[in-house]
Order: sequence, then C-alpha cells, then structure tokens
Amino acid sequence: MHLAAHFPGVNSTTVWSDPRSGSQIDFASFEHLARTAERGKFDFFFLAEGLRLREYDGRVHDLDVVGRPESLTVLNALAAVTDRLGLAATVNATFNEPYELARRFATLDHLSGGRAAWNVVTSSDAFTGENFRRGGFLDRADRYTRAAEFVATARELWDSWTPDGTPRPVAHRGQHFDISGEFTLPRSPQGHPVVIQAGDSDEGREFAASAADVIFTRHGTLEAGRTFYADVKGRLAAYGRGPDDLKIMPGVRAVVADTDEEAQEHAAGIRRLQVSPQNAILALEQVWGRDLSSYDPDGPFPAIDPEPDSEFAQGRVRIADPFAVAARWRALSEEKGLSIRETVIETTTRQSFVGSPETVAAEMTDFVDQRAADGFILVPHLTPGGLDDFVDRVVPLLQERGAFRSEYTGSTLRTHLGLAEPVWKG
Amino acid sequence: MTTGRPLHLAAEIGGPPRYEPDHYLGLARLAEGGALDYVTLGDSFARPGPDALSVLARIAPATDRIGLVPTVDTTHTEPFHVSSAVATLDWVSRGRAGWTADVSTTEAVARLFGRRAAAPAEALWREAGEAADAGARLWDSWEDDAEIRDTATGRFIDRDKVHHIDFEGEAFSVRGPAIVPRPPQGRPVTVIDGTTATARAVAARHADVVHVRATSPEQAAAARADVLRLAAAHGRPARELRVLVALAVDLGDAETAPEPGLASGPPLAGHGTYFRGGPVDLAELISQWYRAGAADGFHLTPITPARDLERIVNGTVALLQHRSLFRTFHPGHTLREHLGLARPASRYALARTAGEQR
Repeated sequence: MHLAAHFPGVNSTTVWSDPRSGSQIDFASFEHLARTAERGKFDFFFLAEGLRLREYDGRVHDLDVVGRPESLTVLNALAAVTDRLGLAATVNATFNEPYELARRFATLDHLSGGRAAWNVVTSSDAFTGENFRRGGFLDRADRYTRAAEFVATARELWDSWTPDGTPRPVAHRGQHFDISGEFTLPRSPQGHPVVIQAGDSDEGREFAASAADVIFTRHGTLEAGRTFYADVKGRLAAYGRGPDDLKIMPGVRAVVADTDEEAQEHAAGIRRLQVSPQNAILALEQVWGRDLSSYDPDGPFPAIDPEPDSEFAQGRVRIADPFAVAARWRALSEEKGLSIRETVIETTTRQSFVGSPETVAAEMTDFVDQRAADGFILVPHLTPGGLDDFVDRVVPLLQERGAFRSEYTGSTLRTHLGLAEPVWKG
Repeated sequence: MTTGRPLHLAAEIGGPPRYEPDHYLGLARLAEGGALDYVTLGDSFARPGPDALSVLARIAPATDRIGLVPTVDTTHTEPFHVSSAVATLDWVSRGRAGWTADVSTTEAVARLFGRRAAAPAEALWREAGEAADAGARLWDSWEDDAEIRDTATGRFIDRDKVHHIDFEGEAFSVRGPAIVPRPPQGRPVTVIDGTTATARAVAARHADVVHVRATSPEQAAAARADVLRLAAAHGRPARELRVLVALAVDLGDAETAPEPGLASGPPLAGHGTYFRGGPVDLAELISQWYRAGAADGFHLTPITPARDLERIVNGTVALLQHRSLFRTFHPGHTLREHLGLARPASRYALARTAGEQR
C-alpha cells in the first residue's frame, strides 16, 4: 500500500471554524504536516494549486479557507526539514512553459536528493487566463495534447545531459513548442521527477496511461474503484507498460475515533461544518447559475430551472450538464426527504474511511487487496494536526498487518513507489 | 565625514554551478555569521546551475536572519507566477526575501522558450518595471487583516480587503488578486542593478535597493545622487531606497596586497568593478568610501566564493566591526529591518481607509 498526504489548505476541505485549526499559509503548518507524514513513512506529501481566487457574481468567494503559497517554493523549503518524504507539486501545464518548469522540477529533485513529483493539471478557462500573458485562448480539445507534449519536452530536457555530466543540445519542434538550446542541470537523482496525473476524463485516463507514474483520482465506492482500476490498468499495455508502472491513488478522508459509532458521529459533524448553510446555497448556485440566496438551506429545492450561461456563472467551476445535476439532486432530495443542505452533504461526500483504527485499517487493506487502489492520498480536515490521529493510530495497525512499510527502504520517491528509474534516452 | 547612516553589506554566493544544497547553505551561514544584510544568488536560463529562487527556498529553514535574494528573469516568465514565488520565499523565510529583477536579451534564451523573439534591452527593462509594479500590487492586494475567520457570519476573509489589481501594461495585464496572502514584509525587497541608464530609470522607480558600479568614491556618490534624483521624480524620498556599490572581489591569500586597488585585474562582466587586494585592503576601501558618504553599502561578489567569502567575513567584516562601522549582530528579523526600510502599507488599504474617511 502506498500513502500520501494532501495538505488540506483551501476550499471546503478544512474546518477552519474548529479551534484547533491553524494557519494555512505559515511555513510551520507545512512543516508540521510534512514531518507527521514522514513519521508515518508516507510515500509523499502533496500540494494543490490555485491560479485565481474563486469568485461568484464578480466578487471574491469568502466562505472557505483561501490563500496559499506557491507550491514549488514551499516544497524546496520542506526538503530542508524532511529526509525521505516525496514532495509533490501540482503545476498547471497550460499557464507555464516546459523549459522553465522542467528546470524548477529538476532543481527540486537535485535539492531534495530525488524526492520530487509533478502533478500535471490543465486548465483552459479565460477566467484563470486573466492573470497570465497566455490568456485563456487554449481550446479544451488542446489541453491534453499540450500537456502530453509538455511532459514529453520536459523529459527530453531531463535526459539531455550525458550520464557523465556533459550538457548536450536539445531541439524540440512540435505542435505546441519549438525550443532549442542547452538545459542547465544534469540528470536528476531520480532520472526524472515522478509524474502524477489528476482527473477522471477519458482523455485524462489515456494521458495517465501513456505518460504518468501515479494517477490521483476519486471514486465513491469499492465497486467504482475496482471498475476505474481495471479500466486504467487495462490501457497501459497499448503503451508498452506493465500494470505496476502506474499507481492508482484515490484521494480519501479518514476519520478515526475509539469506536465505529463515535467515528460515524464525528464524521457527520465534520461534514456539517464543511457544508455550512451558506456553502450549501453556494453549491446550489454553482449548478443553477443564478442567485439563490433567498432560499432556505434547510428547506426544499427551488422550483426554477438552472440558467447555465448567465453572467452569474462567471468564475465558477463549470458543470457539464447543470440540468441533469439539478434533476438528480431534486430526485435524491424527494426520495430520501432531504433538505438542500443534507442533499449537498450527501452528493459531495467523497470516499471515506470512517471508524475505529481497526476498522479503517481493515477497510483500506481490503481496498488494495481487491484492486480498487494501489494506495491513498489522505485529505485531512484540519491544518496542521489533521494527520496526527491517522499516523499515530492507523499506520501502526497497517504495519502490523504487513500492508504498509515500517521503514523506508530507499531515499528516492521512485523507490518508495516501486517505480524503476527511467532509462536514459540521450 | 561620517554619514550617520548605517553601513549595509551583501554578498553573492553563486559561482561555478553546484547542485547540492549544502554548498549554498554553508556560504549563506557564513554570511549570516558576519551579520550581512543579504546574500544574492545570480541566475540565468542560459547557464548551467539550479533555479536560484528554489535554492534559496531550500536553505531558508536552515538559516535564521540572513536576507535571501535570488535573481529572477522577467522576460520569459509570468509576472503572476514570479510574484507568487517571491511572496512564498518571504513566507518560508519569515520575512527575509528579496529578488533581483533581471532581463534576458539574448536570442539563445529566447530559443529555450520559443515563445517570443529576443528584444532590445530598453523594451525588456520597461517590461521588467511593469513586472515589478504588477508584483507589488499583487503583494498589496490582500490587506494585512484580510483573513478574519468570523465564525458568526461564516466568513473566512473580508472580501472588501482582497482586491483586484486590474494591471494593464504594454506587455501584459493581470487581473488579480494574488493567491498568496500578503507576505510578512508586506512587500519583499526588490533589487535592481542600475548600471545602465535604462535599468537605472526602472530601478529608481521600482527598486528598494539599487546596485551601481563605481571606481572612486566621487563616482559612487554621483551614481547615488543620480538614482535618488530619478527616484524623487517619482515621489520617492531617499529614505525609501538604498544604493549599494557592486564590487567583484579577489582577496588573494594575504591580509594586504602589495598594490591593492580597483580594476587592477581582469574586469568581470556583470559583477561590478573589480577589486583585488587583501581583506584589510577591502576594509580600508569600504571605510573610506563609507566615511565619504559615497554609498549606503556594498554588494560584494567573491571571485572564488568559498575562499573569498570566508576572508570577507572573518577579515574585512571583522575589521569593520572592530572599527564600529558595521553591526556585530542582526538587530531585527526581516530583510527590511536589516536595511532600515519601512514595511510598506498596502496601497489598497490606504485607498480604502481614505475613501471611508471622506
């Protein structure tokens, strides 16, 4: 089993109203969480990215934790206070250039002794583009072709020095990039930093099968996990890769208490805090694309239809088919007699392991044994202490079962993940 | 004549490329032991070596007081990313970050990106000024007390204290606000080498620290006066800027040299006037220039970092401290405190409170 920790920085993951909730920006918070993950012998520590603050109706969203540092800079600093832990940064392939990013990741790999990972994401919306020279012109269809060429170009650069440390010129001319010259760093300790892909679309799965070492996913049930696992692993052979060459790691939350009942209660309480009355209405507004602030979050769903192309929808997550989502939510609410807030809680809850340490350890092991995952990326609900319980109470049980390592066997992230060092293609 | 102004000293820790952090950490700790204001790490996309900002982030948790100032290209980078990275360096160092804004004029660097052709220095420096301006606005875009965590209303931030910057320049536009909350120093310290007239004009408008070159105290004083005159035209008083003379130094192996002096060796492009002599000779030069009021301090680039920085700290700096010309410890924690530069208020906070008072 592989384990990673997601820094629960922003958005509705964290319960900032909890008195134990600390800063999402002070370095001490990152240091605490990373050291805890390393104490638990985790494979890596994962940072998400934001390139534009969320907005609704032209105003900055103010209900969730917001504000975070730039990932690569934080990870370089964390390399100073950890020894073995992998360090993964989410960095967008749309609003960056291959030469600069390949250089920054190679630098992190050198400075951390081979612990760097890059979670490749794409974006194409004009809203985010307003912060960049590039703007928002990239067609949705081009997102993954650019990302694939981006990663391939980075790998050419990472391979450009000979094993004895002589720089050799690179010339890449493709659909998206035309670059030539010499890279500024020798091949890094892992050969190439680990590449992670996040996202569940068909193009995303194909991109992961062709080019990624880890896929960061989410699925609600064991059955959904098994289906996804079989689908993605089945795509590898077409690229000459074996099933162990791509690790599948869903993002999950784990809530642990002395008994299963206590943990269930605790988990429900956390969800109610995460989905505040205001956030429930906001979740609805995301789908409906209109101002619903007059509706009672503890009442029934609005009778009116979504208005997806309104000005109001600017700057929010795009919902592919808002009418279908609205119909599904309404049906669920009527069937189970749920209020708006209760429905939002139910439909937005991700894969969770809730129970006593024994229950959580058993369920997680079962997931891996049944080929629903190769491991998990844990998303705690508190900064920075949210991983403490898991590491102190669940990890020892996983270790006793022989499901998870008791000591690191190597010093690079590739070693932790059981991934071979890429062959040098000079 | 003594000036009454404290002396500021900084040192470059780059040199032949190294890829392990301990090398840089050792040099930064040496400089920190000498109570220097900051270390710089030069960078360019076209020469071997790691990314400078990443290196200084890597050593930030392992150092305590020394200012950390990487060179950052403004030509082939995204101003939004640059401002986020420099602000983050300030967060991870707890208020010790700066950046040296620089441009890339060569076709060789342009080809590494394949995004735009090489351009004349003048246009690129105007763009660098825009990057510095947009960056400063992004650092101001969160007011210091924007995060409120008000459980009664469920609001994490006060949205009236987080601002779009709506920056529209010749080269790019940025909507904002920043993703990174306002960094500990308010604005990290902006350093620009003001050797050329083009760069100097941009530096006078946007930099907190300006490096200049000179071969005599008179020339240094004239350069400083020129920077301050240009800055005044933008409404910036002298107390908001520091002008440091850049010297490349070769301290050799003796305490003093038979013929110490400036430019007596090979000139070293990009690192200021070349000084050759012993550590005592360098202390003598610094004392004389400083007492003449020629500069606020010096930025020293050791020709051989491991050897020369050790001699600077244990020889030159020790002597200056003995003469009570330089401090023996850092009285503050942030780079701005070392430099005696005030922590700027957010322009948006000032505008908002001014509006409220009307």
